[in-house]
Amino acid sequence: MKNKAERKDRLKLIFFFLKGAKAFFAVSILSAAVSALADMISPQIIRMTIDNVIAQKPASYAPVVMRLVNALGGFAHFRTHIWIVAAAIMCVALVKVISQYTFRVYNTKGSETLVKTMRDSLFGRIERLPFSWHMKNKTGDIIQRCTSDIETMRSFISEQMTGIFRILIMLVMSLIFMCSMNIWLTLVAVIPMPLIIWYSLRFHRTVHDEFQVCDENEGKLSAMVQENLTGVRVVRAFGREKTELDRFEKQNRYYTSLWVKVAGSLAGFWSTSDVLVGLQILGIVVAGALMCIHSNMQPGEYVSFISYNGMLIWPIRQLGRMISELSKASVSVERVHYIMKSEEEKDAPDAVDAPMTGDIRFDNVTFAYENCPEILKNVSFTAESGKTLGILGGTGSGKSTLMFLLDKLYDLPEGNGTISVGGTDIRRIRTQCVRSHIGMVLQEPFLFSRTISENIGITNDGLTLSDIREAARDACLDEAVTAFSQGYDTKVGERGVTLSGGQKQRAAIARMLTQKTPIMILDDSLSAVDTQTDAKIRKALEKHFGGSTVIIISHRITTLSRCDRIVVLDKGTVAETGTHDELKDAGGIYSLIYQSQSGLGEEAEA
Amino acid sequence: MSENNEKRTHLKFFGIGRIIRFLKPFRTTMLVMALLGIVTSGIDVLVTQFQRYAIDHFVGGGTTDTLWIFIIVYIFAICLQALATYISCKKAMTVEVSVNRDLRQSAFTHLQTLSFSYFNQNSVGYIHARVLSDTSRIGSLASWSFMDGVWHTSYLILAAAVMLVINFRLALLVLAIVPLVAVLFSFFQGKLIRANREIREINSNITANFNEGIAGAKTVKTLAIEEKMQSRFTAETEHMRRKSVHTSRLRGLFAATMNLASSAALAIVLWKHDLIAADEVGTFSMFMSYAQGMMEPIRWLIDAISDLITTQVNIERFTNLLAVKSDVVDMPEVVEKYGDSFYPKKENWEKLDGDIEFDDVTFQYPDGDEKVLEHFSMKIPQGANIAIVGETGAGKSTLVNLVCRFYEPTEGRVLIDGRDARERSQLWLHSHIGYVLQNPHLFSGTVRDNLLYGNPDATPEEIDRAVQLVSADEVIARLEKGLDTDVGEGGDLLSTGEKQLISFARAILADPRILILDEATASVDTITEQKIQSAIDTVIEGRTSIVIAHRLSTVRGADCILAVRDGKIVEKGTHRELIAKKGYYYDMYTRQYEDEEAAKILDAN
Repeated sequence: MKNKAERKDRLKLIFFFLKGAKAFFAVSILSAAVSALADMISPQIIRMTIDNVIAQKPASYAPVVMRLVNALGGFAHFRTHIWIVAAAIMCVALVKVISQYTFRVYNTKGSETLVKTMRDSLFGRIERLPFSWHMKNKTGDIIQRCTSDIETMRSFISEQMTGIFRILIMLVMSLIFMCSMNIWLTLVAVIPMPLIIWYSLRFHRTVHDEFQVCDENEGKLSAMVQENLTGVRVVRAFGREKTELDRFEKQNRYYTSLWVKVAGSLAGFWSTSDVLVGLQILGIVVAGALMCIHSNMQPGEYVSFISYNGMLIWPIRQLGRMISELSKASVSVERVHYIMKSEEEKDAPDAVDAPMTGDIRFDNVTFAYENCPEILKNVSFTAESGKTLGILGGTGSGKSTLMFLLDKLYDLPEGNGTISVGGTDIRRIRTQCVRSHIGMVLQEPFLFSRTISENIGITNDGLTLSDIREAARDACLDEAVTAFSQGYDTKVGERGVTLSGGQKQRAAIARMLTQKTPIMILDDSLSAVDTQTDAKIRKALEKHFGGSTVIIISHRITTLSRCDRIVVLDKGTVAETGTHDELKDAGGIYSLIYQSQSGLGEEAEA
Repeated sequence: MSENNEKRTHLKFFGIGRIIRFLKPFRTTMLVMALLGIVTSGIDVLVTQFQRYAIDHFVGGGTTDTLWIFIIVYIFAICLQALATYISCKKAMTVEVSVNRDLRQSAFTHLQTLSFSYFNQNSVGYIHARVLSDTSRIGSLASWSFMDGVWHTSYLILAAAVMLVINFRLALLVLAIVPLVAVLFSFFQGKLIRANREIREINSNITANFNEGIAGAKTVKTLAIEEKMQSRFTAETEHMRRKSVHTSRLRGLFAATMNLASSAALAIVLWKHDLIAADEVGTFSMFMSYAQGMMEPIRWLIDAISDLITTQVNIERFTNLLAVKSDVVDMPEVVEKYGDSFYPKKENWEKLDGDIEFDDVTFQYPDGDEKVLEHFSMKIPQGANIAIVGETGAGKSTLVNLVCRFYEPTEGRVLIDGRDARERSQLWLHSHIGYVLQNPHLFSGTVRDNLLYGNPDATPEEIDRAVQLVSADEVIARLEKGLDTDVGEGGDLLSTGEKQLISFARAILADPRILILDEATASVDTITEQKIQSAIDTVIEGRTSIVIAHRLSTVRGADCILAVRDGKIVEKGTHRELIAKKGYYYDMYTRQYEDEEAAKILDAN
């Protein structure tokens, strides 16, 4: 297996998750013990009733018991007042149900607190893991870890662990009571038990593999349906309904036949273990009867002994299944641990909150993604406070990387140059401070599955609908939204309502506008919007820019020409900088593009 | 989300009538199961009698005669019971999985005949759950709930009968609490069903939150709203915790009631022990066993009944799926002549040339509230190349949907080779159509399986030729096992460009007369893009083709371009005409042109 350190790490993780739940689990185990004890007492009452009350045999019990009996009037008194015995049974039952109730509620409290801690810490961790981590890990896989692995861990701790505890408590207590009554008969009861446990354990280990094969094939069947549904256009357009049907039928039959096989194994296990248990009970019945005849065992003792045995033998069968399931959990713990051990984003210890209003300076910035060649080489430029900076660059020129670095989505290593705002190195500014002062619209924006108004106002709870509408109007979205039957309460992504690419971009722009940040970044964010709307939005935006520093990444000369300053990036280096007028005739990349775009008319006709 | 709206449904006889035809084939098996179930319960009742005999006869009588017979009969009984359990459990499971299989099969078969409006109105996840989850609930109802019913009802009846025979008055006293308990249990069960439903809803909210928190992590960061997301999430998990603890209190009370009831039964027996002769300790103990053992079967019975109640929803959803009628159905006389989608009569099929005509077509999507086409007429002669352009989500697929007969026009006709499309079967039309999607959809299996999807009868030579024609041969040569390489679920083991090329080869193999191309927007590298472009040129050669274009520079040569905006065709003409018009198309074109030119210059450097 894994080395010790790893195992210790995992144990630590479990204890970390258990904080706040430990007390609940302690109470629940204690209650389980009390309830087991109550279970032990009823057969004793019955035994006394049969032997000492009804049959009036002389009694010799522990002094405590005798004192209690005498305090209630003695066995002879019970004979005429049998209701006392019935009441005693009910009293014990009351203790039992109360402790059982406590067990159940506290066990749930424990396990739900545990699940909550696990989910909350995972969610919090995931939100705070660096951007690069999210790029590396697949969404589906993380979800899996957060849902089914968490569920496995929960059932491991709150069902298997407490279950095993309960069975052990029951086992120990029954054995104590049985031994105190008749040690030989106890031996008869105990000897077959290892066999029953062993058989159940062995069966569950082997059937586990069969289950796995079934699960895999269920996955295949499910994937087949999924593919048929997502590919319905292809299926129909090629007229392959029959092929699909045949494929599905084959897998459907195969999968079913696997289960039929498992059915045989399971039924075999149930019936065989029934026989084993039945034989064990028979052994007790016969041996007990013989002891009653040949030695001094009392009928009441005999009856209660059979009860104890019954309490013991059924949970024993469960033990095998529970033990065999323990191994499953360790895989899940490992998978959850992977997320929990990933390093969160961290601020430098001397990080401060800065006003974020001054000039943005990139000074000799060099950067490479993990295991990749350098994407930025000695990039230097300044975005003056309150002015608009345009950035032009091809795919892979590193223009988006610049913005990611500015937003601290990736950390710029020490010694690779500096990025500063108002003269403060952003490494020394708190990440939250940086990001909350930068409004950024990505090329393919993500909208949350909430209403449109919630999406636009997501950064600020204090916004009124009219604030939101104003932002939407400036982003030229208002008209489209009011056309939806539910207007701003339309939920994004629900069936029937899909926003077009341009609408999504405009919603993200409106979202940025409500942030009213001193720095705004538009990363090719009008690519899916038509020219007229593009122009309208830009005009509206300029009104908003006010004192904000704005960085616009675009391919369009019409957009860039209005910027106060333009930086042309080429393969990670700054190729040109200047104003539109300076660059348009400078003979560089910018002027080439300028010419190609202004010469469009004739090109198009060709 | 629709899975969560488990409204309370009330069907006649719990909806069993609606699915009876799926149970019919198993009626004999179920009868055997029931009989064996009664045997099992009978022996359970009998075992208590054995103990009574042991106490009264051996212990009470102080004798060991008949002990061997006792042992042998006992062993025989438990072996018989084991055999009954073995057979009935095995049969029950077999019935369960077989019913599931048949239900899934019929759902899947039915889905293959449904028209597009169903798939557009229902999400993949929703339909998927109908085929796989609902069916499995129904299967377990037919087997395990049924067996639970048999086992526990027969145990209760037999135990009651034995008690009544042995001591009528005591038995009546014990049995008196049964109805009381049953009422109490049903009360709890009703509350539990509701509570569980709420918990499931919260749980799926939490999963949705996780989904969003993970998929939107990047945006959460740029907006710096981690705290907000977390507090929303924590509120949801807290809700879950409270609700679960609340439910556990209910469950706890339920279990407590049950335990108190069985203790009460025991107390009654003790209290009224006078009704049994003092030396009949065995009978006394037997009564105690039955009294205590009665409660468990009652609980299981209530469980089975509540399964019956909750499964109604599944039955309803499943049968509703089977009841959905396709919007596009071939007329009986058409089926008569051309066959249906599963059993075509290819000998009667005419060849298809590829003339398409929209004749005064008006169209409205079945779930839409607006006419997207009004009195639209257009001729697409054989071999012509039509392009449809517009923003994402603008409704560019409408014409394609009509040509492929995925939908029928609301008014007017679509003519294929001069005859109304409805005069020939869907499969006839579809087998002459090639379809290449923008997100190429491959099926799990090998590359070869996927190619054969276009034409199951294609020879290896034909495959090779098709592959070469679209220059997919290099891609295939790079793959480890060539044509026999597994492509993974949905083709995920291949890159988008590779999938694209293979889907072109697949379309070529089908040798279609009409070709639909939903052009790629996905970012592929320049070389692959060139390959794809030349593949497109090869493929549309000599065929009637409709291209849904995203990159306008590729459709300049089309015979006719249709520009779509907000679902409607706003402009129509050749590239030159539309540019001259300086309208919507011109606008889109210049915008893209600027971007492409800039990209070209920047990337060329």
